[in-house]
Amino acid sequence: MLPFFSQMYGNPSSLHAFGQEAKHAIEEARYIVAQFIGARQEEIIFTSGGTESNNSAIKGVACARRDKGNHIITSKIEHHAVLETCHFLEKQGFEVTYIPVDEFGIVDPADVKKAITGKTILISIMHANNEIGTIEPIAEIGKIAREKGIYFHTDAVQTLGHLSIDVSELNVDLLSASGHKLYGPKGVGILYVRKGVRMLPFMHGGDQEQGRRASTHNVPGIVGFGKAVELAKEEMAKEIKQLTLLRDKLIKGILDKIEYARLNGHPAERLSNNVNVSISYVEGESMLLNLDMEGIACSTGSACTSSSLEPSHVLAAIGLSHELAHGSLRFSLGRLTSEEDIDYCLTRLSGIVRKLRAMSPLYKKEVK
Amino acid sequence: MEYSERVMEHFRNPRNVGEIENPDGVGRVGNPVCGDIMELYIKVKDGVITDAKFKTFGCGAAIATSSMVTELVKNRTIDEALKISNWAVAEALGGLPPIKMHCSVLAEEALKKALDDYRGRTSIQASGEPARKLQIG
Repeated sequence: MLPFFSQMYGNPSSLHAFGQEAKHAIEEARYIVAQFIGARQEEIIFTSGGTESNNSAIKGVACARRDKGNHIITSKIEHHAVLETCHFLEKQGFEVTYIPVDEFGIVDPADVKKAITGKTILISIMHANNEIGTIEPIAEIGKIAREKGIYFHTDAVQTLGHLSIDVSELNVDLLSASGHKLYGPKGVGILYVRKGVRMLPFMHGGDQEQGRRASTHNVPGIVGFGKAVELAKEEMAKEIKQLTLLRDKLIKGILDKIEYARLNGHPAERLSNNVNVSISYVEGESMLLNLDMEGIACSTGSACTSSSLEPSHVLAAIGLSHELAHGSLRFSLGRLTSEEDIDYCLTRLSGIVRKLRAMSPLYKKEVK
Repeated sequence: MEYSERVMEHFRNPRNVGEIENPDGVGRVGNPVCGDIMELYIKVKDGVITDAKFKTFGCGAAIATSSMVTELVKNRTIDEALKISNWAVAEALGGLPPIKMHCSVLAEEALKKALDDYRGRTSIQASGEPARKLQIG
């Protein structure tokens, strides 16, 4: 990837040798990505990331199919890149159904089926949730969409490189993914668009990406994406196995060591790199800051860290009270996480919870 | 959003954590739904706050403002303490991110409530009303 910032600076849209060298590199990346998800090369569009891919897919299909209908189905736990796009479309006259999820965060395909009307033009359900790691029954939902002739999009930002993906097996027409979620660079993503799917381009200008996404290519980013996928192909099976063990050790450790803690999301239908827990009587940001001081990076669904001061919409959708959402922590495991890291995290976390609970007026009143 | 050094310092080493046995005033504000709860305890002697302690459920700023307000009220007279505003608490911490200013408001409210509680208790004692009622009853 690095040489494409300096020596190989050609623009892939140029005909000269420098340009063609870059063009060759991005086409190679496209081939690697397409093969990885069982797609054809020409079905992969490079974008600036997951947010652009989701925006392009949803707005692009909505605009192209407006003559067929104005109804879109999605879930309550989608990423903001999908939810906010849908809110925007609602203001433009589209109707959106937000399917609820069960206590584990799973979308019931039967609910999707029931929500379909004669005007439904698009269904968009994420492959796995970014906060609680729950894996959705995408193939089943895709089958329903296909039977009804409705386009089906999935936000696979969390799953590319972490779960095996075959666009035909999943019955998807559009799929979004992002480079930085599989150890690739930030600022690059893909949108898979099945051949024959009608979609208006989101960016207008030059004829890059067969006229489906104007703008000069981010060559280093695209090459880096290709490399990340190549590595994921080699590492994924081993990584899933290893991370699942570590994930379950961390979950069990937290639930065993810390009283009044609960797991958020599904215990089994879950990404191997995701742990999300709620710890009662303590607030997430104060845990996060204390963990950060110990060199442990995590995130929280607490309102206190969001600019809106609203707790996580995902935790609300699985039925968590405000109090439990405030006390939530998400840990992400990765290729470099070791068993010692898990032990270290468990020791530090229980110490921090003890310290904060000693300070918490809720712990005193409700527990003792 | 970034916290100042002083906020982080008070968050790391909060002063005066805990409860006071037989306090002269207690102020409890906030609720678990909004995510912050503060309890402030004061001990008063001859019109001067001799001790202050707190218990807080909340974010980094909530803990730091609680800690700071207990520091600010110690050895102040009741009248002086009444004049401590949320701005003063935030300023003493080297400022707060705008979205966290409500934590300083909470600290001020906890203090006002504790002072009200103290004055309520002392006025009853001074007027002797409860005692009279008891005699009548």
